[in-house]
Amino acid sequence: MSGDNIFTGLVEEHDSDTRWAFGTGFTEALAGVDTTLPEGVDGEDLARYCQMLGDDALVQAQRLSQWVTDAPELEEEVALANIALDLLGQARLLLARAGQADGTGRDEDDFAYRREAAQFRNVRLAAAPRGDFARAITTLLVLSGWRLSLMSRLRESRDPVLAAIAAKAVNELAYHREYAVSWALRLGDGTEYSHERMAAAVADVWPSTGELFATHPVEARMSRLGVGVDPAAVAAEVHDVLVQVLTTATLDEPGAFPEPAEAGRRGDHGPELAPLLEEMQQVAREHPEASW
Amino acid sequence: MTTTAQEAPPGDDRARQADFDAKVASNQRIEPRDWMPEGYRRTLVRQVAQHAHSEIIGMQPEGDWIASAPSLRRKAILLAKVQDEAGHGLYLYAAAETLGIDRAELTERLIEGRQKYSSIFNYPSLTYADVGVIGWLVDGAAICNQVPLCRTSFGPYARAMVRICKEESFHQRQGYELLMRMMEGTEGQRAMVQDAVDRWWWPSLMMFGPPDADSPNTQQSLEWGIKIDTNDALRQKFVDMTVPQADKLGVTLPDSELAWNEESGQYDFGEPDWNEFKRVVTGSGPCNAERVARRRVAHEKGAWVRDAATAYAKKHQNSREVAV
Repeated sequence: MSGDNIFTGLVEEHDSDTRWAFGTGFTEALAGVDTTLPEGVDGEDLARYCQMLGDDALVQAQRLSQWVTDAPELEEEVALANIALDLLGQARLLLARAGQADGTGRDEDDFAYRREAAQFRNVRLAAAPRGDFARAITTLLVLSGWRLSLMSRLRESRDPVLAAIAAKAVNELAYHREYAVSWALRLGDGTEYSHERMAAAVADVWPSTGELFATHPVEARMSRLGVGVDPAAVAAEVHDVLVQVLTTATLDEPGAFPEPAEAGRRGDHGPELAPLLEEMQQVAREHPEASW
Repeated sequence: MTTTAQEAPPGDDRARQADFDAKVASNQRIEPRDWMPEGYRRTLVRQVAQHAHSEIIGMQPEGDWIASAPSLRRKAILLAKVQDEAGHGLYLYAAAETLGIDRAELTERLIEGRQKYSSIFNYPSLTYADVGVIGWLVDGAAICNQVPLCRTSFGPYARAMVRICKEESFHQRQGYELLMRMMEGTEGQRAMVQDAVDRWWWPSLMMFGPPDADSPNTQQSLEWGIKIDTNDALRQKFVDMTVPQADKLGVTLPDSELAWNEESGQYDFGEPDWNEFKRVVTGSGPCNAERVARRRVAHEKGAWVRDAATAYAKKHQNSREVAV
């Protein structure tokens, strides 16, 4: 019988074995990265900024992963899980950076599992109820396009950690947007029924888009220092892409974005965030002394 | 499709059968375009499809924990793993399609309960320790079953198995590593691990199928090179490999008859409850109805999306033709 060797590794000592990429002791997400704050940057501001971008990604990943075992096709199971995984990866790095920047030394899990909903800084759309597949695609189309525009600019951030995270994120987000576009076209220009559902999804999501381009004071300060990006600056670009995609998908040309109005960035969330977080945090909070 | 060879006059079948037998006997691969006996094709379709279904249904017990994974690292590991399983399902359905059957037809057979999947996935996953134990024992047993299949006689199946086994072995390590970490944690975590081992041990042994004496198809499948080892041989192999891992972990396997046998050089172990096995296989396990129902609901709910994709592809294929 062949294949005996596959099992032998399990009982070997492995604490310091690099083959165990996910092994114990591999907990420092930013190990080896120069984490000095750029000159003139307030650590608390940078931390809050990282939490905003990190929470967007974490909450969206949590929502997207609800499609696993529930997608319309196996290819979509793989794609949506993969997108959620990319966003989760971005969230982990950003939250780790937040804990360094504010000097508290909190790690990614402190941020993810030990904050209440009102302490999260994600935009509301990231937590929006899952809805149907058209809704998921529309949300993804909007958020991935928006985040891609932000991250493209963040590659030039004076904070080398943010710049590095953005450089990685841009490739991922370009794929997320491409995926969302491919489905927006199929649904919009597919059957009459799918066209209706896609149009309804756009109508549902559109009112939540204004928030994406509201500038929080932290974002304004980070932008002035060349560390962050003012989201108002990407509105035109994001809008252009959406117009092009939606009209190609034979849907009505969308109007202007609604007036920018802050909500999630101030901790002012819709009712859907608390239960989402409760589910996420449940096991970790039940076993506060545990190690995973 | 792969039926060209079969349309030849029946008189040629004897020569083709001889050619087929010689290929299998000399460990050459049968490829989709090659002639093959109808029984071989039918058995393979069933086996590969069941395997594919198992990957897809197998996403559920662990997928249930993605939302609540207790650290972001564990969430990433689990999400990646469940995604891999969807990928395995895809390779295997593709391998089955080379035998001339459509994936949509196989999906119908699954959600209508006409085709089976591994019974292990009809047990519930009750705590986060189950994620680790499924990785360690269930993926471990699956690897034990599947590694020999990398040498199976049908080419597309064998090649799919090579990649699947690599990923499965990674999953198994991740599961074991989670359990190691939990055993180093609190008393409550250690109890969770032991409880999960107690629940999953016997169902894992059942994954190898009924005892050889009750497995009527084994002989033919061995001759066809679809099966490489018997159920009992694989089960013994699994036990022999797993006992030292359990010792290292510090858990007790729930079998009072488990003991090293100097003479045979392997472990003696107790008999799984084959009545339970039959109950679960025939649809009366704890989660059978729920698992298939979830797949069915997802499939039905997604019909309009698949229809849209088909309609879009058709429209744009036509417009491309016009453009040309």
